[in-house]
Amino acid sequence: MEYFIQQLINGITLGGMYALIALGYTMVYGVIQLINFAHGEFFAAGGYVGAIALAYFAGVGYMDSHPVICLTASFLIAMAYCAYLAVGVEKIAYKPLRKNSRLAALLSALGMSIFLSNGMMLTQGVYDKVYPGELFQGRFDFGMISISYLQIMIVSLTAILLVSLNLLVFKTKIGMAMRATAQDKTMSALVAIGSNRIISLTFAIGAGLAAAAGIMYGLYYGSVKYDMGFIPGIKAFSAAVLGGIGNITGAMIGGLIIGMVEIFGAGYISGEYKDVFAFIILIGVLYFKPNGIMGENIDDTRV
Amino acid sequence: MSDQPILELKNVHSGYGSIKALKGISLKVMPGEIVAIIGANGAGKSTTLMTICGIVPVEKGEIYYQGKLINRVSPEKLPTMGLCQVPEGRRIFPRLSVEENLILGAFHREDKDQIAKDIRHSYELFPILGERSRQHGGTLSGGEQQMLAIARALMTKPKVLLLDEPSLGLAPIIIQQIFKIIADINREEGTTILLVEQNANLALQAASRGYVVETGEITLEDKASSLLTNPKIREAYLGE
Ligand SMILES: Nc1ncnc2c1ncn2[C@@H]1O[C@H](COP(=O)(O)OP(=O)(O)O)[C@@H](O)[C@H]1O
Ligand SMILES: [Mg+2]
Repeated sequence: MEYFIQQLINGITLGGMYALIALGYTMVYGVIQLINFAHGEFFAAGGYVGAIALAYFAGVGYMDSHPVICLTASFLIAMAYCAYLAVGVEKIAYKPLRKNSRLAALLSALGMSIFLSNGMMLTQGVYDKVYPGELFQGRFDFGMISISYLQIMIVSLTAILLVSLNLLVFKTKIGMAMRATAQDKTMSALVAIGSNRIISLTFAIGAGLAAAAGIMYGLYYGSVKYDMGFIPGIKAFSAAVLGGIGNITGAMIGGLIIGMVEIFGAGYISGEYKDVFAFIILIGVLYFKPNGIMGENIDDTRV
Repeated sequence: MSDQPILELKNVHSGYGSIKALKGISLKVMPGEIVAIIGANGAGKSTTLMTICGIVPVEKGEIYYQGKLINRVSPEKLPTMGLCQVPEGRRIFPRLSVEENLILGAFHREDKDQIAKDIRHSYELFPILGERSRQHGGTLSGGEQQMLAIARALMTKPKVLLLDEPSLGLAPIIIQQIFKIIADINREEGTTILLVEQNANLALQAASRGYVVETGEITLEDKASSLLTNPKIREAYLGE
């Protein structure tokens, strides 16, 4: 039982990160029907920018005196950096192809993914970049169950981001405009909503969330690597498909499920296959329920 | 009434790639007028409105709004200038609530209090929308969607309202209601209206002047009352 609860907590931690990444896939798909294969690179880039920022703060000695401020600043810097990067990628690689076939943009996204990942390899090297390890060292122990402060931080921040995104998309005028753009771009223009602005915003938000997940990942596993966007990217994409691509609530739930399945699969079946479970789910969903588990039931939470 | 047209098209050409849908449309709308464009299915009526709104690019010719050339103004800018369209098929955002659809009509506006008042006014104009304010737009009936589309357009505070086939697919009693509202908007708010209809009888009764479009060209222009009694029009468009 303790083992189960421990795994549940680990699953939520990992699943939350997948959910954050999955949202970028699903929102971009919702608004321009593109599977942004380069999205995983924003996750990796966020991880790197976070590592660099934290190392800088540690170097100048702020980390010991103001750890919370340094961590917050690192998150903000990484999220802003990736938001701008994503807006740039969209303008350079996708926007010019918007009137062409969807396949053209898809191939462009694949190319962007390779370009960005190689860019990180050339500038940051091929080896793991280590995260400062002294952060959130402590842990709570309840008998056999142990929760690190880091896990608590990751899960709470994930929850805050997910709730904020929900409020933005479903309660604000700009969120309404995003959903309207996803539903009918011509009509949106007829009520003064510029789709270029909304598309940029969608990319920025998606990449910002992925960047936050990138830092969490670095803190959680201790290091980042130039190609780290690939596997979590595909897992998060599986999560988005599982939840019904284009559906925001679906991506959140899908991410949690994929995280859980991975942790429980590794714990109860075999650690060797932990990367395989997400793909089995992806294939299963595409085969049996291509609209995702949420399907048409929660249509109103589509972007 | 000023003698300067609020909207003017001069020899406008546009289309969809190799399909030349408009081949030199010229027309004028004076401030406060209701002008009708009638014509058969596929004549180019909707394309005319979409070209005015910048959705279909002008290939040749000029469009003036309030004396300004607007050929190259981006479509999302025009509603902020007071030029708004209720497109064919209403195009309600299906998965937004009725109220959200209305709020988005005021997307560019900052006057929060006035927006709230205008939403209440929409519900007075169309009580059924008030009853359904939390329902998804896509769940409304055709008539209700047409009301919502008009109410949403009014939220932009239009000076010129372009209406594309507001009667399409609606029951006669609903059509009467919609056309009464259109006349009211014109009379009470002074909103200029350019009305596109296949139902020529209806449109010409509401309008003061009319244009007839055939395969992308204006073939006739006259006072609405004269068009209604014109034997050619009666034969071709009024089913006699
Ligand atoms: N999106 C489009 N793509 C290609 N051709 C179109 C499109 N919309 C309209 N057309 C063509 O342009 C012409 C004018 O159409 P339209 O303006 O919709 O006519 P109307 O509104 O008078 O029925 C028709 O020949 C129609 O087939
Ligand atoms: Mg039409």
